[in-house]
Amino acid sequence: MKGVKLSVVFVYILFLMLPIYWLLNMSFKTTNEILGGFSWYPKNFTLESYITIFTDPTWYNGYINSLTYVVLNTIISVSFALPAAYAFSRYRFMGDKHLFFWLLSNRMAPPAVFVLPFVELYSAMQLFDTPLAVALAHCLFNVPLAVWILEGFMSNVPREIDETAYIDGYSFPHFFVRIFMPLIAAGIGVTAFFCFMFSWVEMLLAKNLTSVSAKPIVAVMTRTASTSGYELGLLAAAGVLTIIPGAIVIWFVRKYIAKGFALGRV
Amino acid sequence: MLELKLVNKVVRRDSHISNVSLLLERSSLNVLLGPTLSGKTTLMRLMAGLDKPTSGDILINGKSVLDVPVRKRNVAMVYQQFINYPGLTVYENIASPMRLAGNTKSDIDRRVREAASLLRLEPYLDRTPLNLSGGQQQRTAIARALVKDAELVLLDEPLANLDYKLREELRLELPKIFAESGAVFVYATTEPQEALLLGGNTATLSEGRVTQFNSTIEIYNKPADLVTARTFADPPLNTMNVIKRGRELQIKSNGRIKSVSLNDRASELPDDKYILAVRAHHVLLSPDNQSKLSFNAIVSGSEITGSETFIHVQSGEHRWVVLAPGVCRVANGDNIDLFIDPDRLYLFDKQQKLAHEPAKIAAGA
Repeated sequence: MKGVKLSVVFVYILFLMLPIYWLLNMSFKTTNEILGGFSWYPKNFTLESYITIFTDPTWYNGYINSLTYVVLNTIISVSFALPAAYAFSRYRFMGDKHLFFWLLSNRMAPPAVFVLPFVELYSAMQLFDTPLAVALAHCLFNVPLAVWILEGFMSNVPREIDETAYIDGYSFPHFFVRIFMPLIAAGIGVTAFFCFMFSWVEMLLAKNLTSVSAKPIVAVMTRTASTSGYELGLLAAAGVLTIIPGAIVIWFVRKYIAKGFALGRV
Repeated sequence: MLELKLVNKVVRRDSHISNVSLLLERSSLNVLLGPTLSGKTTLMRLMAGLDKPTSGDILINGKSVLDVPVRKRNVAMVYQQFINYPGLTVYENIASPMRLAGNTKSDIDRRVREAASLLRLEPYLDRTPLNLSGGQQQRTAIARALVKDAELVLLDEPLANLDYKLREELRLELPKIFAESGAVFVYATTEPQEALLLGGNTATLSEGRVTQFNSTIEIYNKPADLVTARTFADPPLNTMNVIKRGRELQIKSNGRIKSVSLNDRASELPDDKYILAVRAHHVLLSPDNQSKLSFNAIVSGSEITGSETFIHVQSGEHRWVVLAPGVCRVANGDNIDLFIDPDRLYLFDKQQKLAHEPAKIAAGA
């Protein structure tokens, strides 16, 4: 029985890892070898694809641009969501429940809906083709998500702690930074992770709000596939490098990730 | 000195506190006694300034503090739940109000260690609260309230979540610990026993109203009305409708009218319907030589604690609780006779106001 269980898990993980292995495998092959035939490992092992990415500015700028707007977006989302989530968690005001739900419903609209108005708006504001434009656009779905997750974590902190702090003489900002934020540090971590992930993998807005100077890596990858023929090795290497930041961030919040998926309501 | 003037608190058209007026002196111990949902916590939150009253005024030393934010008031509060800052060590938890008040390092250190030794927290100063037992956590919260040297110390059922032994211990210590500070000390509890053990003054609360405010013993002995008497009785107060005719008090038992003769003071009351009330330990299972009011009841349950036995009985529409000393063996369904000394009776009139207190209390015994 135990053997069956183990083998099920083994097969499952094998299937999960296979595409990733294949990507890694391809990234060390030349394009000719990839197109030439089937092989489980690179016969002519080469780092050429990686070298190209790290030396060609059109490639590595893609990563820099992506990381810039992703980090910007994460900072903006979390810092705006913190006070908002605190309000939802601690105060009752007119329409609070509806507003809270409406926030989440923002995530239900496909980003494509917003592309046209965003392009128009950002062009008018001279923001088009800047990392800030993409960072702000991604707030559309990251701020509501961050508010939802943080609200769950905050509601797990007893209100009496806030009151005790006021009674002790803390001012609100002092209390919030010194007492409250450390209490929901795990929540802030998980929230930052989700903002990072969603912004990192989002392509439609990122691609349409940039043209040359702020082109994100996801857009660079699609361009290479279409213009310069089949540079599959290069593409695979870019893919591998794109997985890495996410994997690093997951490593840091791995303990709290399940809580995060439950929106802090465990 | 804390003064509440006609304080009301209405939440979504629900009146949580209505027309409460209280005058609490410096260096006094005041107990708020009432069942859950009677408004004790709400009243404390109003006193602390965590909530604003819908109407009425709250004064500290003669000055209205309604517009003074909580952190500018000199208040300390301990909750029923053990509330500490989980991220800070016990030392930092206790020190936090002093740090914010801008005391010097040496001053803080001295006072924190003083409080810690008083509450026997010294070995745990470097731990964080969540690594402590419940009693230690609550003592940390009490220590934090203590070092603050507040004018007003609010303790909201601070011992309710502690185990029996710790409660006994802390209940004795708490009034002593805060006695020297000269603060107005307010202690909320649901248990009449705790109020009696603490002494001082008591305000009995029922459905958001203060039904009586006086010295604790005085209220216990002479509750102003039936509601207060019920609040201040554990096990519950036994009541029965009676008719007073001349020197006689008549009750209906098993369709028959029984009567007992009253003492001189009680016979002066006008003839009318009254509500008789008697505490559980004053209901006897056997007559001694004095004349007693007696009636018949059926046992519906009994709980033996060892030193005493609670017997639940049913007589007509009345459900009573009898507290008998020692282990008393009765079976459910048993038919027993109950006896009441007329000198132990409370009588409440039709408006439920106290009409007559037991002779033994009136005589000062």
